[in-house]
Amino acid sequence: MSEVIATDRPPEGAADRVAEFRPSLIVGEHSLCPGCGEPVALRILLETLQELGIVERAIGVVGHGCYGSFVRIMDVDVLQCLHGRAPACATGIKRVQPAAAVFTLQGDGDMVSEGLAEVLHAAARGENITCILLNNGVFGDTGGQQTATTVLGQRTKTSLDGRDPVSHGHPIRIADIVAGIDGVGYVARGTVGTARGVARTKRMVRSALETQLAGKGFSLVEILTMCPTGWFVGAPQGPDYMEQSMARAYAPGELRVSLGDER
Amino acid sequence: MSGALVIEVERCKGCELCIAACPPRVLEMSREVNATGYRYPILHPGCTGCTACQLVCPDAVFEVYRLSSG
Repeated sequence: MSEVIATDRPPEGAADRVAEFRPSLIVGEHSLCPGCGEPVALRILLETLQELGIVERAIGVVGHGCYGSFVRIMDVDVLQCLHGRAPACATGIKRVQPAAAVFTLQGDGDMVSEGLAEVLHAAARGENITCILLNNGVFGDTGGQQTATTVLGQRTKTSLDGRDPVSHGHPIRIADIVAGIDGVGYVARGTVGTARGVARTKRMVRSALETQLAGKGFSLVEILTMCPTGWFVGAPQGPDYMEQSMARAYAPGELRVSLGDER
Repeated sequence: MSGALVIEVERCKGCELCIAACPPRVLEMSREVNATGYRYPILHPGCTGCTACQLVCPDAVFEVYRLSSG
């Protein structure tokens, strides 16, 4: 083994700190599994709120899933609402407080399985809110059951032989559906499996929030997140498994953009 | 460009995402475990301070520095 460099303290001599451990808006430890992608999504969301200078007027609406435990550690005003109903609650908040920056944090089980009507109607109404979907294709919080976004062939606790379209139906590509609805200002899909994906997804979150701040209508960012526990793979294999399964069914990229030349 | 890291090894959950994410491949998992029983990354010479490890880390155990030259 080659030389090991000390990493228990900052370097001696002149150096610039280019990345902190985490944004100051995360106050405590999350309790999610090793290799989970959701804490990475939370971090880039909170960093973006800070970079846009909208922390003081940000209001989050959090659904139900593993990420629901983030309400304990995120130093932003949050409301935890009924399963799947975050876009409806966010609608009310935004209409009463138009100056607030309102975002939802939902999983695929929450947004696509349980609350499909809420997100579609909020999009069709052109509500000026930003929805963040953490899509890992399983109900992680309840033990890894199949959701509406589980891709064909994917093994879950309730589809042990892989999702079969004949008996389980086909996955719902919610971002593609929402991108086709009038009144929608911004839709994008990113991943947090690689450093490049994280950086790209962060720009998408920023574009979505800027769309809301400009009053250009509903915005949605679908973030593919690793769930090695629910996928029956080791934590180090999470990003590769995601590339080979979910990212093939859900191609990352911007699907609808309305803030263009004027920026 | 050369970089340096501070790694809070006691908060690491050993997922190894940083190992594959590191472009110069200078991170390696330890043989020892932390108080929670997880192995954690250790740094070999060659860090560029690119922040890839910090970007992918779910447990936010990395702080990244770039050393000033000269």
